Amino acid sequence: MTKVNICGIEFKNPVIAASGTFGFGREFEEYYAIEKLGGISTKGLTLNKRDGNKGIRIYETASGLMNSIGLQNPGVSGFIKDELPFMESKDTVILANLGGSTLDDYLQGIELLNETSVHMIELNISCPNVKEGGMAFGIKCDTASQVVKEAKKISKKPMIVKLSPNAENIKDMAYACVEAGADGLSLINTFNALAIDIYKRKPIFNNITAGLSGPCIKPIALRMVYEVNQVVNVPIIGLGGIMTAEDAIEFIMAGATAIQVGSANFVNPTISIDIIEGIEKFMEKEGVKSLEEIRGIIGRF
Amino acid sequence: MAETYKDGIIYSNTEISPNIYEIILEGDFEGKPGQFYMVRGWNGLDPFLPRPISIADLENGRIKLLYEVRGKGTHIISKLKKGDKLSILGPLGNGFNIKEEGKIALITGGVGIAPMLYLAKNLFAEIDIFSGFRSNAYFLDQIRPYVKNTFIATEDGSTGHKGFVTELFDPSKYDVVYTCGPTPMMEVVMKMCKGKVPVYVSMENRMACGIGACLGCTVETTRGMERVCKEGPVFKGEEVVLHD
Repeated sequence: MTKVNICGIEFKNPVIAASGTFGFGREFEEYYAIEKLGGISTKGLTLNKRDGNKGIRIYETASGLMNSIGLQNPGVSGFIKDELPFMESKDTVILANLGGSTLDDYLQGIELLNETSVHMIELNISCPNVKEGGMAFGIKCDTASQVVKEAKKISKKPMIVKLSPNAENIKDMAYACVEAGADGLSLINTFNALAIDIYKRKPIFNNITAGLSGPCIKPIALRMVYEVNQVVNVPIIGLGGIMTAEDAIEFIMAGATAIQVGSANFVNPTISIDIIEGIEKFMEKEGVKSLEEIRGIIGRF
Repeated sequence: MAETYKDGIIYSNTEISPNIYEIILEGDFEGKPGQFYMVRGWNGLDPFLPRPISIADLENGRIKLLYEVRGKGTHIISKLKKGDKLSILGPLGNGFNIKEEGKIALITGGVGIAPMLYLAKNLFAEIDIFSGFRSNAYFLDQIRPYVKNTFIATEDGSTGHKGFVTELFDPSKYDVVYTCGPTPMMEVVMKMCKGKVPVYVSMENRMACGIGACLGCTVETTRGMERVCKEGPVFKGEEVVLHD
């Protein structure tokens, strides 16, 4: 009932664990069978291993949190060797989230991932915390378009492009990425934000700004999914502060085919299961036979 | 499979020193000395994240947690009464590696004293405790039955030695050292012990998930960046990389 199809890949349900909030699934496997998820987006990968940022990495805000992890990850090869075999053993869709500071980083990463069992690539042009995360590509349409075009030429996997809400114009950005060949879009990544320690009279984070996520950003994320759905005709994966099944259904009604659960995983490790079950209950109660029936429904008004 | 968040019923919640609370929960709890629980004492999403609190004692199913009121979350928890519920996840983290031989020193700063009661009860060895506080000493009365000597330092001199607790400590007299407290204090302890006596440090950091997923709480170790919540909170002193 809750099955969805994105770029020819079938997801048993529309709930995907968001990159950077789920590691490679091992920690959550201690709490539930992670193959119950529709999919898992890996921790953001870079071509080479990264230790991540120094200083404070996590800071709580009203109904949300800021992070400056800085893409601590084992690198694409480390992922393939040490993490992918575990993920492959679970019956769920694997999205390899890939960042890069140069076009060549992305292309080399894709070449390595092409030879693996990952189902899709989620091209990360939106991590605000390091230049390796690619946000430099994700702000302006022409640079985003260039990296997507070149990446798409060599990718043997369906390619989802993860958009930044910090883009100059989200609709133009979405359109440019799809024109350049993106098979789908995921949106949004975190907002560039600032927190200050007033007693030390300095910013909380070493990088001064950091990424804001959580329920405080949900209405903006929802608006962006709605707007992007007006201008593109590819599957959209919606994310940004989803905490409940009701939140997820809002995103689907705004035009998302699937959704990702991010910061909510920190509030309760089994929250994605509650969201999956809640979507099923909603469908039963409302007589919705397929999510297709409600997808993008508000765009029709 | 580990349990996710469950309810703990508050048996008591007492301010044992200004801003320092001892909470006892009823329920079927488990855990090793040095492990911790993630705690939510409110409904809704503000505060957004749970708070990590270490196990102070565990006896007959009851768990004792010691916490300092630092922000909104711990303030809310401090207002809860007997019979109220806390939502908790755990036990988490690795806990102390228990050594049962020789002379042992426990060195604490402030609310870093929290894990030492449960640790001392599980160490069958000769234990001395060195505890530093800003002003009032607390929790030591509960630990005293399990240790030989107690050394106290306060920054204002109101109890014991005036100054830092590390000024009372001589590493050459001990076979193993366990420490928990502010990072600058633990850095001094690590430097004093280096090359002389093994030291186990219980690190503290801001956490989001508590289960190893977010990489928010990492510290630099000789093996690279490691998670306080998963590989820690207890590390061997020689593994933690300090920068001057």
